Amino acid sequence: MVSIEIDNRIYQVPEGGNLLQACLSLGLDLPYFCWHPAMGSVGACRQCAVIQYHDRHDEVEGDQRDEQGRLVMSCMTPVSEGMRISIDAKNAQDFRSDVIELLMTNHPHDCPVCEEGGECHLQDMTEMSGYTQRKYRGKKRTHRNQYLGPFINHEMNRCIACYRCVRYYQDYAGGHDLEVMAAHNHVYFGRHEDGVLENEFSGNLVEVCPTGVFTDRTLSQHYARKWDLQTAPSICVHCAQGCNTSPGERYGTLRRVVNRYNSKVNGYFLCDRGRFGYGFVNRQDRVTHAQCLSETDADSVRETLSRGETREALLNAIGSEKRLLGVGSPRASLEANFALREMVGAENFYSGLSRKQQGLQQSIIDILRTRPVRVPDLAEVERADAVLILGEDVMNTSPRLALSLRQTAHIAGEKIADELRIPHWQDAAVREALQSGKTPIYIASIARTRIDDIAAQTYQDHPQAIAQLGFAIANAIDSNAPFPDQLTDVQQQLAQDIAGVLTSAKNPLVISGTGCQSLAVIEAAANVATALSGRADSANATRLFYCLAESNSMGLGLLTSEGQDDDSLERVIERLESDQTDTLVVLENDLFRRIGADQVERILNSGKQLVMLDQLKNELALRADLLLPVATFAEAEGTLVNSSGRAQRSFAVYQPKDDVRGSWEWISDMITLRQGDEQSRWEHLDEVTQSCADAVAALAPIVDAAPAADYRIQGMKIGRQPHRYSGRTAMLADQNVSEPKQPVDEDSALAFTMEGFPGEKPAALTPFYWSPGWNSNQSVHKFQQEINGPLKGGDPGVRLIEPDESAELAVAQWFDATEDQQEGQGDWLLLPAYHIFGSEELSAQSEPIAERASVPYVTLRADSANSLGVQTGDGLQLWIGEQAVSLEVQVSDDCPGGALLVAAGLPKTAHLPFLSRINALKDSSWTRRPEASVFLSDKKVES
Amino acid sequence: METPLTKNIGTDKTPPDLKQYRANGGYRAAHKALLEMESGDILQLLQDADLRGRGGAGFPTGMKWSFVPMYKDREELQRRPKYLVINADEMEPGTFKDRLLMEGDPHQLIEGIIISAYTLQAETAYIFIRGEYTRCAELLTKAIAECREHGLLGRNIMHSRFNLDIYVHTSAGRYICGEETALLNSLEGKRANPRAKPPFPQVSGLWGRPTVVNNVETICNVPHIVNNGADWYKGLSLTGDAGTKVFGVSGRVKNPGAWELPLGTPVREIIDKYAGGMQDGYKLRGFLPGGGSTNFLTEQHLDLHMDYTSIGKAGSRLGTGTMIIMDDKTCPVGMVLNLEHFFAQESCGWCTPCRDGLPWVEHILSEFEKGRGEMEDMEILNRHTHLLGPGNTFCALAPGAMGPLESALRYFREDFEAHIHAKACPWSR
Repeated sequence: MVSIEIDNRIYQVPEGGNLLQACLSLGLDLPYFCWHPAMGSVGACRQCAVIQYHDRHDEVEGDQRDEQGRLVMSCMTPVSEGMRISIDAKNAQDFRSDVIELLMTNHPHDCPVCEEGGECHLQDMTEMSGYTQRKYRGKKRTHRNQYLGPFINHEMNRCIACYRCVRYYQDYAGGHDLEVMAAHNHVYFGRHEDGVLENEFSGNLVEVCPTGVFTDRTLSQHYARKWDLQTAPSICVHCAQGCNTSPGERYGTLRRVVNRYNSKVNGYFLCDRGRFGYGFVNRQDRVTHAQCLSETDADSVRETLSRGETREALLNAIGSEKRLLGVGSPRASLEANFALREMVGAENFYSGLSRKQQGLQQSIIDILRTRPVRVPDLAEVERADAVLILGEDVMNTSPRLALSLRQTAHIAGEKIADELRIPHWQDAAVREALQSGKTPIYIASIARTRIDDIAAQTYQDHPQAIAQLGFAIANAIDSNAPFPDQLTDVQQQLAQDIAGVLTSAKNPLVISGTGCQSLAVIEAAANVATALSGRADSANATRLFYCLAESNSMGLGLLTSEGQDDDSLERVIERLESDQTDTLVVLENDLFRRIGADQVERILNSGKQLVMLDQLKNELALRADLLLPVATFAEAEGTLVNSSGRAQRSFAVYQPKDDVRGSWEWISDMITLRQGDEQSRWEHLDEVTQSCADAVAALAPIVDAAPAADYRIQGMKIGRQPHRYSGRTAMLADQNVSEPKQPVDEDSALAFTMEGFPGEKPAALTPFYWSPGWNSNQSVHKFQQEINGPLKGGDPGVRLIEPDESAELAVAQWFDATEDQQEGQGDWLLLPAYHIFGSEELSAQSEPIAERASVPYVTLRADSANSLGVQTGDGLQLWIGEQAVSLEVQVSDDCPGGALLVAAGLPKTAHLPFLSRINALKDSSWTRRPEASVFLSDKKVES
Repeated sequence: METPLTKNIGTDKTPPDLKQYRANGGYRAAHKALLEMESGDILQLLQDADLRGRGGAGFPTGMKWSFVPMYKDREELQRRPKYLVINADEMEPGTFKDRLLMEGDPHQLIEGIIISAYTLQAETAYIFIRGEYTRCAELLTKAIAECREHGLLGRNIMHSRFNLDIYVHTSAGRYICGEETALLNSLEGKRANPRAKPPFPQVSGLWGRPTVVNNVETICNVPHIVNNGADWYKGLSLTGDAGTKVFGVSGRVKNPGAWELPLGTPVREIIDKYAGGMQDGYKLRGFLPGGGSTNFLTEQHLDLHMDYTSIGKAGSRLGTGTMIIMDDKTCPVGMVLNLEHFFAQESCGWCTPCRDGLPWVEHILSEFEKGRGEMEDMEILNRHTHLLGPGNTFCALAPGAMGPLESALRYFREDFEAHIHAKACPWSR
């Protein structure tokens, strides 16, 4: 720490930072534009000027003091012991006001119709600077705006040229198609021509832009001001990374999702799937009332049930004499899954995954819980100094992780910067010194990935070959690790190279996951990490990360890991067909996405009742005997566990409409109905969470993920609505002139009102960032302990998996370098290609994501295409057992030989048994799409 | 009077080829430097000679070079390449001295580069040349080819074990490319935005490597200093600042042009003796001593010595040493408008005061010219001269642009006010 004087007060600030950061960390107000906490300083906007005096604060007394000082840009000035500065000096204030006046010469005064209004950093900084009167008499320059795709609006006239957008898009996110063009006051930030922004993290431009140039296009379609949005701390449900979000609601519909800072997880940024994938919540065809199958008509005709009828139907289906089986879901909360397990009994509870998927997930959890290797939080990923990615297409299965991996270049940059004595926060200078240098990242994948540009070397092959490579790397690091058979020279050499780099790294990171659907790949990654952790010098620095598939895959895995041996859907079918079950209860799980339709039909035809709880009318929901309407993440609370093993609580943003209720609430009712015992009823989420923690040792800490429902500060709850929330007395006046009572939230310490404790709240209960004078998301620094540091009171969430330090490196720890067992007998190996847009079930039901989604396609090599007699645009039938799926052909060399690479997770392809051998045949009845060219998948790297 | 820089430059517009240049004593200095001198000796010699940069800022060249880290104890850092970059992007309004040197005697520049690169242990040099200077680029390219052919460039130059390649890079345009860090960005193929300093180019310059950027004329001095020594060099000058300087005069004089003269030659002598005095019917009202970004001086300054110190003391800068004369039949407001239009247009758009302040200044001046100026505008103009001052902006472009404005407001205030009172430009009637 060094001691500095700011406006006659002495402060202790950390060494090595810049003045702006130091001032903001101290809680002082100082305006800025071009600086961004995640992107450092470049000194462009000149807004953060302060006066620096040439004498030390403890050096000179009285008249001798430097009273003039000189203007410096605080973002570009390193703090140094003894320095004396002033924020309040008149010449500094005047300069800052003058800079605003200059920025305003061209800025339109369209705040009333600007979507940034009310959360505009430019508005805030203008207020802060004291500038009020316009003197410029000239005309404002005007620009043409561009169409940038379904996610983002472009209004260039509002631009104040802070350069944050291009610095974020190009430097931080690695995008190529947003640039600064022209010069002087005509600088233009956009694409070379209208078109969809390619980068998967483009949505962050909305939050990075300090004014209304880039705004959320999905919000535009049902716009509400920030001050009118009801929000809650939430967790993204669109992959397993568990990014913290703050969704906003008005008039009973979800209007947008913005980032919620968590220094351990997502920091300041989300991926576009997470930000723009919320539309499914608002779908008109949501399940809003309980429904039963009509007895008279065909399958698809449903009858809506009243609440009384629902109760009757439930009693009939799950009454006390009924024998139940329960199927959980990796996209439902821990509480919902646990409640179902309690209702049916642990011996009758199943994970809702295929045997294959269940096996992969369980292996990963076993590995993480028994190895002396730490699962990193996302933020730790950025600090890795060597990375091996084995088999995972990170961008498409765990997008936010890809953005973190891109930041590992900083580690390499910091090394050089230290040599040249460049402060780490001086962003442009660090990048200049680094040039194309980067942290070594090795990517072995089935096909090219969208982060290959940051890789030192890439390798594309079958999962089997990837696994072999992994085993060989482990062996090269530690000769005790088993050596694979049949290694090619290329693999051998690459393994040696990678082993050398990983071994010499201080913080090596191994990433794999379920993406390849290969147990061998997962085990190979474990061997590499195990070998690395055995190094004498830095045993505890090795990190091992597995990308899981869904928002609560880890939670479900931990819940079931202490259960029975076979949790799979295949076992469910066996039991339904063999034993005395009466009713199957399926929780938020469209089994048609998990297993083949023929298998689901076996369930449906088993003669058992099917009770289903879900949000959307998916294929299985439409077939359920009784379908119960359940809340989405926006309407219910619950705990999710991310791929890092971090349990995080997500809260309802607003109360569900119609008969929609949280899954755990339905199940709680069902248990009561079944037992006829009101006494033991779970009334509140906390009770379910507590029961879950008590019942499952691995989940014991989850109660600490957030304060309980009875938490109060000075006797007050915490309001979900901002203090300026408007229209409460009027918004429902068309229905009833009396203002209704605000709904009561008994399940959390949050309230559906604007009333509540106004001061500092626990981070896990902070619904939005807002601070006096800081109406925009830039106010987040008021909630951090220091810039880029943890939130005050600690970042939310609790880690459930810590490395087993006591685990000894015994021979038994090594996995054999074996091959996956391939099912099926066909000529072709079926491999998955994931898509950030389309492969995830819920976001794919949201309009802008659907617009970006891939068509269902199959990629194969030219030689394969020749032998099958197909070419690009034709149809190909994939035969899985007795059933065929026809997909559009895309001929490309970006596919292993003898393989069919299929867009995964789409309605036609989600259930496909990847990594098995199948037969394929040209579909002669296929109608080519009118567009001659085939949709190019998002996966492909721009050449 | 010795004119080492222009001694080979005749009026026939054909520069000496390698043979002729050698016959006139060329490449002797390079030979001496590479074979007889240590790089440290040459650096010392330049420091002793007090050579100052001729690009405009007048920074002592030896000192600039001494900031290049040699990493004596760090072998892995020593192996990092270093670069010498010649700033031939002569875009300062009114300036054409480097063109004279490059078109007149390209080998002189190349010899200077060889010695300088050897001193810096840089094995690659770039000549970043103004796009419009096509003839310079052709001549230099040809001269470089001659040198390669005769072992003066390439590997093991003159058997000295020193390697050097020179590349000619023609600029895609823009005044800001003359700012050394913007030049480096441009050379890297990026937008020509200046960089924050520190780190200075000597530490992290071209492609993040140690780099020295020098003006053409500065480098042309180097061979002569090596040949003749520091004392000789200092003796060339009439005053305390060492050496000769290519001075230029443009405007309504009888004989506009450029001449190599001792530093410290009085302004009046340059205008009257070399430029032939004012054209008949025109009187001098003021002059920009060193290009468009220097402050106006007036008649009272005609007896000043043209050197860094004297011109600096008078409130202007020697700049590039190429004067622009303003006569009594030219509207000072119009002339400043013309300059500010240039600077506003050439702003790279990176920092706020320059990007948005210069267009405002330009707008006000154009309003003056249209007879729509207001007294309040005088205050706004004055405010901009401070607001866009040194340290407030990211680089020196805007402070340079404020030079002529600030001095015009001081010396020609009555002309500005006359525009307001007359509601028209008095010169346009």
